[in-house]
Amino acid sequence: MRIKQLSIFVENKFGRLEQIIDDISKNGINISALSLADTTDFGILRLIVDDVDKARAILKEQGVISKISEVLAVVIEDECGGLSKALKVLGDAEISVEYMYAFVGQVSGKALMVFQTDDDEKAEKVFVENHIEMVKPSDVYRIKE
Amino acid sequence: MSMWQKDIETMPREELVKLQGERLKWQVKRMYENVELFRNRMDEKGLKPEDVQGVEDLKKLPFSYKNDLRDYYPYGLFAVPMSEIRRVHASSGTTGKQIVVGYTENDLDMWADCFARMLKAVGADENSFVHVAYGLGLFTGGFGAHDGAVKIGATAIPISAGNTQRQIKTMIDFGSTVLCCTPSYALYLAEAAEEMGVLDQLKLKAGIFGAEPWTEEMRKEIERKLNIKAYDIYGLSEILGPGVSYECECQCGMHICEDNFIAEIIEPDTGEVLPEGSKGELVFTTITKEGFPVIRYRTRDICSLNYEPCKCGRTHIRMNKPQGRSDDMMIIRGVNVFPSQIEEVLLKVGNQVTPNYQIIVDRENNTDVFEINVEMSENLLADSVKAIEKIEKQITAELRSTLGIGPKVRLVNPKSIERSEGKAKRIIDRRNLVGGNK
Repeated sequence: MRIKQLSIFVENKFGRLEQIIDDISKNGINISALSLADTTDFGILRLIVDDVDKARAILKEQGVISKISEVLAVVIEDECGGLSKALKVLGDAEISVEYMYAFVGQVSGKALMVFQTDDDEKAEKVFVENHIEMVKPSDVYRIKE
Repeated sequence: MSMWQKDIETMPREELVKLQGERLKWQVKRMYENVELFRNRMDEKGLKPEDVQGVEDLKKLPFSYKNDLRDYYPYGLFAVPMSEIRRVHASSGTTGKQIVVGYTENDLDMWADCFARMLKAVGADENSFVHVAYGLGLFTGGFGAHDGAVKIGATAIPISAGNTQRQIKTMIDFGSTVLCCTPSYALYLAEAAEEMGVLDQLKLKAGIFGAEPWTEEMRKEIERKLNIKAYDIYGLSEILGPGVSYECECQCGMHICEDNFIAEIIEPDTGEVLPEGSKGELVFTTITKEGFPVIRYRTRDICSLNYEPCKCGRTHIRMNKPQGRSDDMMIIRGVNVFPSQIEEVLLKVGNQVTPNYQIIVDRENNTDVFEINVEMSENLLADSVKAIEKIEKQITAELRSTLGIGPKVRLVNPKSIERSEGKAKRIIDRRNLVGGNK
């Protein structure tokens, strides 16, 4: 089970990041996870939001380009060694992590972690086999009534 | 005043024009016989070689263009069998494909003579040490200077381009007296020598600087810093390389080697020949070249011709410094760059969609700074920094391989490149090399 992530191209210019976050939040979209990877010239802002399509449309209107991709998100115990366990599962299966970041969970005592690996299909399989709980889209996205 | 071929260089104009006419007739006839493209263009106009009896008939003849060299790449426009070609040189074309020119033994000899005339004009002789810091290779600059130096019996120092510290040390140790390079590199060398505190150890007397536009201010600065006289030289691969025209000791315009080249100034849009002294596009016809001759070749350089007699005694007309182009070619670090070449690379990288781009050229510390901003687009965007950096690197590498020089590529926000009347401004050249004339 994957969740949708929005990757946004951010040119390294004063105020760019603030503008993007502001555009999203102004439109009532909630950001539950965020990571920023940067180089000298640009950054990639990755977001998990409750309405990914709307967020993308809003940004597009503002001339900001983004891409929707699917990532794995798992629930790990918020305790010593919790993350190690998940990483070991991947390591044992010879799967490399390309990037990962944590996000604000709705379940207390649990931490939520986003993973992008070089083989997400296999990663998903080994997580399930090792009884590592996956985050369900419904935990993240807004339920439309 | 010293001259290499005094009888030719001071030939009375009437005689010179007559010589040009005879040579033109010869060239038209042999090109009609040996160069298919030329023959076709003549036939289209209903012209036969006999229709050319002298220089006055030149204006009837069809033009030739840079793209012809691309269309007939590599040897399709040569007028002799390859067995007679002794050397080839190449230059950038308007697209990724380079253009190739070839020289027979006579051509190389003529070229060396043209450069030798300049060397003599700037005071060089068999006791001179000619430091050739133009690239020696397919680029046309280095070998022209080298052969000219050998021709007059000077000592050639074919160091080629690059490695500034070594250039300076060699100049000092070998006793270089004439420096040949681009004007911006001359300034750069001067500053490096100043920093090293060795300016007073240089034995330079004169500099021959070409392959890129430069201003009178730059000339003064080079002359002051290096304590030399700085002379301008003009050339282009398609005609000869450096030595098509050159400044004499008077430094007042570049004498065209008219016994080898006929110059015309035309209106770039209509092709009409303009009256003497007008500013327009420079067009050349090579009347002695055997290997790769051209008739009415459109240089795209904008300048004017000066028919006034020169104080030096040479009767060959002078062209002033080109004051711009009738196309969008830029000369960056001595290398010809066309935006179309850049577009071609971006089209390839962008999966057949050309991303919006802007070329920024500036000059910092006497070196050209060359940057390209490319607007990020959805089909270039990837989810990882690594993947995007790979695109940046790929664009840089492809451009370096196509252009011969590597720009700094920067990915920028979509729609961030300024547009005027909906059209993106493709080139920003802040160097101001033509004194605000462009």
